Amino acid sequence: MNETLTISWLTKRFGTVEALSQVSLSVGAGQRVALLGHNGAGKSTMMKIILGLIPPTEGEIVVCGAAPGSAAARAQVAYLPENAAFHPALTGEEQIRYFLSLRGESPSQARDLLARVGLHDAAARRIGTYSKGMRQRVGLAQALIGRPRLLVLDEPTSGLDPVSRRDFYALLDGFAAEGSSVLLSSHALTEVEARTDRIVILSQGRLMTQGTLPELRHEAALPVQFLVTPAEGQGAALAGALPGGATGTDGILRLHSTQEDKLALLARIAGLGEAVADLDVIPPSLEDIYSHFSRRDGQ
Amino acid sequence: MKAVFATAGAEFRIALRNRWVVIAVLLMVVFSLVLAAAGAAPTGDVGVDRLSVIVASLTSLAIYLVPLLALLIGFDAVAGEVERGTLPLLLTYPLSRLQILMGKFLAHLVILSLAVVLGYGAAGLAAILTDARAGAGIPALVRLGWSSILLGATFLGAAYALSALSRRPSGAAGLAIGLWLLFVVLYDLGLLAMVVADGGGVLTTHVLPVALLANPADAFRLFNLAASGAVGAASGMGAAAASIELWKSATSVLIWPVITLALAWAALRRVTP
Repeated sequence: MNETLTISWLTKRFGTVEALSQVSLSVGAGQRVALLGHNGAGKSTMMKIILGLIPPTEGEIVVCGAAPGSAAARAQVAYLPENAAFHPALTGEEQIRYFLSLRGESPSQARDLLARVGLHDAAARRIGTYSKGMRQRVGLAQALIGRPRLLVLDEPTSGLDPVSRRDFYALLDGFAAEGSSVLLSSHALTEVEARTDRIVILSQGRLMTQGTLPELRHEAALPVQFLVTPAEGQGAALAGALPGGATGTDGILRLHSTQEDKLALLARIAGLGEAVADLDVIPPSLEDIYSHFSRRDGQ
Repeated sequence: MKAVFATAGAEFRIALRNRWVVIAVLLMVVFSLVLAAAGAAPTGDVGVDRLSVIVASLTSLAIYLVPLLALLIGFDAVAGEVERGTLPLLLTYPLSRLQILMGKFLAHLVILSLAVVLGYGAAGLAAILTDARAGAGIPALVRLGWSSILLGATFLGAAYALSALSRRPSGAAGLAIGLWLLFVVLYDLGLLAMVVADGGGVLTTHVLPVALLANPADAFRLFNLAASGAVGAASGMGAAAASIELWKSATSVLIWPVITLALAWAALRRVTP
């Protein structure tokens, strides 16, 4: 079996509230999977169940061939909690040295690990003096200890600036290339920057859809927007030639088309020749696609 | 074992930074030296060496101070981790909850031991320097030392159990102070009231000894005073206390740490992060 993580028909109830219902999911070796959903969609709950911190109500989970939270699973899984927190009295280096010893690794790697996440200069300072982004990096450094087979990262890029975010995804790429699997959560599709192999969208505890970004784009079948700028004095003629469009106060003609009709419409516009001064084709944004899936339920 | 020592190392460092080590050692040294100085007065009359008298005074000090120190050092152990949000991450590491508990316990016990050894050591040194016969009291001082550490271990376990049950540092602190008042102050007052009301009846002869052994602080006092043969003089417990054999109080002193640590483990296992 090549799967690092298999979740079958997972349901979690807190009293009468169903936080997760009938979720099935698998993550293969070397795959990077993004778990997307609003706050309260069940992302963190699912992660805590995978880590064995809370038990599932129903369903079966296999993590690296073992039960969640078992000694075998914990030895192979690394976790980055949302808002990573550490004891403020310890320095970054002392904290990482401690975590290294717990994983049976040599504590002398602490400096290297902190350097990998850009914290080399702050290693000797107490974590109490760190910013939120720096604490997040300490969290990331501890998740990188000892080549885990599965990385579970709860909103890893929150609190990181765009440059750090890019560095972070570069680190993940390296991990995935070595065969480690990554499950990370986020509340926005733009955050994952298409740097993942598969996207899973959760809404109110249900799995709405999963697939690559092109697959999701295709499945959502959201209209493509065309912005046609008419040439000097050709506005009326253009509107007549392209019925169904609406001309804005800026004189630009806006048209919507389905994915199938996209090329045909493009050909028609191109055929108008001199009448067209400029053309922009705007595919549905990541946010549009995400909203489409995460709001399908109950709206 | 490596995980336990790594945890203990981190905990000791934290206690050092939070100045718990300095506070514990200073408190024990200062109070012990004060007692050593004050305890010098009755020496000539009683006819025992100066250190034996000081040990009797130190026993009374230890009953109040050692449990208090242990509770103060230990109350944050679980609740603090829960409040800071550091517990979930720690629990995903390959170490058991028992190992976490043992690591913290080891670090805190080292701090308490340091305070006890340095405090009693200072008092012992002061006595030996001023009284040539004080060497006779050294066995009693050593006995007081290790039994004080066991008393501290008992209340460390109790502090962890309360910490795991309350899950909030403020709540755990309140419970810890309440426990201290109950076992160290109110319990004895209750027993005293019982003895006075009973007037030497069945309660005094049969219930009192059991009640004394059931309280780790009272068992600690009985053990040390009985062992040094000074029950009547120093404790005021009278004949009932004197009738309790040494092995009984020794057993109570030895068993209590195991009981409270087992309770702490049970409470920690029930914590869901």
